[in-house]
Amino acid sequence: MALPTYASPLERLWHLVYLVICGLVLLFLIAPILIVIPLSFNAEPYFTFTEKMLTFDPAGYSLRWYDTLLTHGMQAPDGPRNAAWWADAWNNSAWIRAAKNSLIIGISATIVATVLGTVAALGLASPAMPFRRLIMAVLISPMVVPIIITATGLFFFYSQVGLANSYAGVILAHATLGIPFVIITVTATLVGFDYSLTRAAASLGASPAVAFRRVTMPLILPGVIAGALFAFVTSFDEVVVVLFIAAHDQQTIPRQMWNGIREQISPAILAVATILVIVSIALLTTLELLRRRSERLRGLTPS
Amino acid sequence: MTLDNAATAAAVPTGGRPLKAAVTRAQGGARRRAFLLVLPLLAFVFFSFVVPIGQMLHRSIHNPAFADNMPMISAWFRDHPTGTVPDESAYAALVADITAAAEARTIGVVGTRVNYELSGTRSLFTSAGRRAARLEPPYAESLPALDDAWASPELWSAMRNVSTAYTADFYLAAVDLTRATDGSIVSVPADRKIYVDIFQRTLLLSALITGLCLLLGFPVAHLLATLPMRYSNLLMILVLLPFWTSLLVRTTAWIAILQGQGVINSTLVALGIISDSERLSLVYNQTGTIVAMTHILLPFMVLPLYSVMRTINPAYVRAARSLGASSWTAFRRIYLPQTLPGIGAGSLLVFILAVGYYITPALVGGASGQLISNLIAFHMQNSLNWSLAAALAAILLGVVLLLYWLYDRLVGIDNMKLG
Repeated sequence: MALPTYASPLERLWHLVYLVICGLVLLFLIAPILIVIPLSFNAEPYFTFTEKMLTFDPAGYSLRWYDTLLTHGMQAPDGPRNAAWWADAWNNSAWIRAAKNSLIIGISATIVATVLGTVAALGLASPAMPFRRLIMAVLISPMVVPIIITATGLFFFYSQVGLANSYAGVILAHATLGIPFVIITVTATLVGFDYSLTRAAASLGASPAVAFRRVTMPLILPGVIAGALFAFVTSFDEVVVVLFIAAHDQQTIPRQMWNGIREQISPAILAVATILVIVSIALLTTLELLRRRSERLRGLTPS
Repeated sequence: MTLDNAATAAAVPTGGRPLKAAVTRAQGGARRRAFLLVLPLLAFVFFSFVVPIGQMLHRSIHNPAFADNMPMISAWFRDHPTGTVPDESAYAALVADITAAAEARTIGVVGTRVNYELSGTRSLFTSAGRRAARLEPPYAESLPALDDAWASPELWSAMRNVSTAYTADFYLAAVDLTRATDGSIVSVPADRKIYVDIFQRTLLLSALITGLCLLLGFPVAHLLATLPMRYSNLLMILVLLPFWTSLLVRTTAWIAILQGQGVINSTLVALGIISDSERLSLVYNQTGTIVAMTHILLPFMVLPLYSVMRTINPAYVRAARSLGASSWTAFRRIYLPQTLPGIGAGSLLVFILAVGYYITPALVGGASGQLISNLIAFHMQNSLNWSLAAALAAILLGVVLLLYWLYDRLVGIDNMKLG
């Protein structure tokens, strides 16, 4: 924001103060996330910068905490690093097992949430939809109802119907939590959707299924993928439901982090945190690219 | 029927069907199609979300642990009004129930249920269960001979309270009330009052965090909304990256920064501002909860504010200035009122999310930074008083749904934006 030429000295001073305040707030937002990255390479088991780190002495940095991510839980962590060692890590390392669980649960929950959510969003976007407001409120509510309440409810319900301590239970719960995000992003995409395109397809002889597959779907795809990413991140970051309804077999990365933070907090947690920050940077980039693609497809000029 | 309608109804196209009927039919088809598309998801959410929460709410008013396992004494309580002094028939029913429950190995469940009403009574039931079969009539004398407590009015009053499966007592307990021996509702002794305090603390801290988010988020949103797009998109990343980063990562980061041996304290010690022995305790207390939650919820304030501020025409403020308003007046009278929808949306969203927060207070809150969610988790996992947990959850749910309704009325769920 440029200051007008007629600004008084006091206004100029205030403008400077305002920019400094904004800078500090942005620093407050980003600093905690960036600070974990160097700390995770600490050679010492401390949560702060050692003198060696501050003088950029290579001895102050190490990959030991990343190594513990592999070796924690292994049967023979000290053996020579041959094929057998890697097989041991793949099968027994607690963090690798957690990562596998997170991916299985996250991807399955994302598929369920995205398919059901997209189909429902198509219905919700139709002007003929009855009780639209009420149904929308119900479908979005998993996002606003405190997670502890959802987890408590699911704990009782699952122990009755036999879904407790199972992958299916966690997947269904995570799908429920991801659905609001899919609904919100896909309905937002459909707001700008030109329905005369599907009518044109129909007039050219396309069946509704073909028109959906070849006309509607490519146009709303950016919104669908964005919703799917949100649903995946929701599942990938979820810990309370897992705490309440999952057994030891279904430990996910956040669940394993929760253990780590509660029991003995070591820089190994920061190593995981760093990896997750890199994952979120990748997701954010994907989302930004999708947004640009969506704008291009819809003929909006990027400003 | 208006003339128009009459004309429409009378118009018969070549198909032979009146136009009005045809339009209604077509619209009905569209309605059905739209509804059928939503139906699978609605059914899914109903079974995976609405039913479980409904069941949990039911549990908050329904606890049959005593009524089911102690049928005879429960029947005696039904037949005799509050205040009746227990006679031999009552004691006989009680001993028979205890004997049966001990045989069915449910006496522990019964004792636990009464223990919620009157603490310290669980062992009374389990030890009586071991010896009840050998008791001789008159039971009104032999049972109190095991333990004086069996004749105490407090115990009988507690048993009367739990003898019906449906009860509002868990809600009373959740707001620090209890029933006296004569059945009247009184407040619990001061040293056992915890829940009202925690509810108050939850609301107070949520309001404080919302205020902090507004204070920090407003200037940033304003900057982002007024900068040219190519700069604001870059700065937006600084807001969106925390939004997309795992909650546990952000909480961990704050532990690393704030703890006794953490970055802030170490820096202050290294700079000589504080000595090594007087490191600040910034985490595992209320400060930790406030700082970490403000950081985590700040993007939820910035994004709605930004999307409203983006649409405000800068010409209005310029017009006000040209008409002689000072920059402060122009901001207060022209700009600020236009941002109110954004302030409302952001504040409500942050407050709703803060009220139900669990993870961050549990990890960095220590004892003084715990919120109501943490207490619900405690009763679910540690004290196992599930009905009380359900009652606390129901009250929290009520507050959140009220705010959610308000949000829908003021902002509209459709206008919720992500990223």
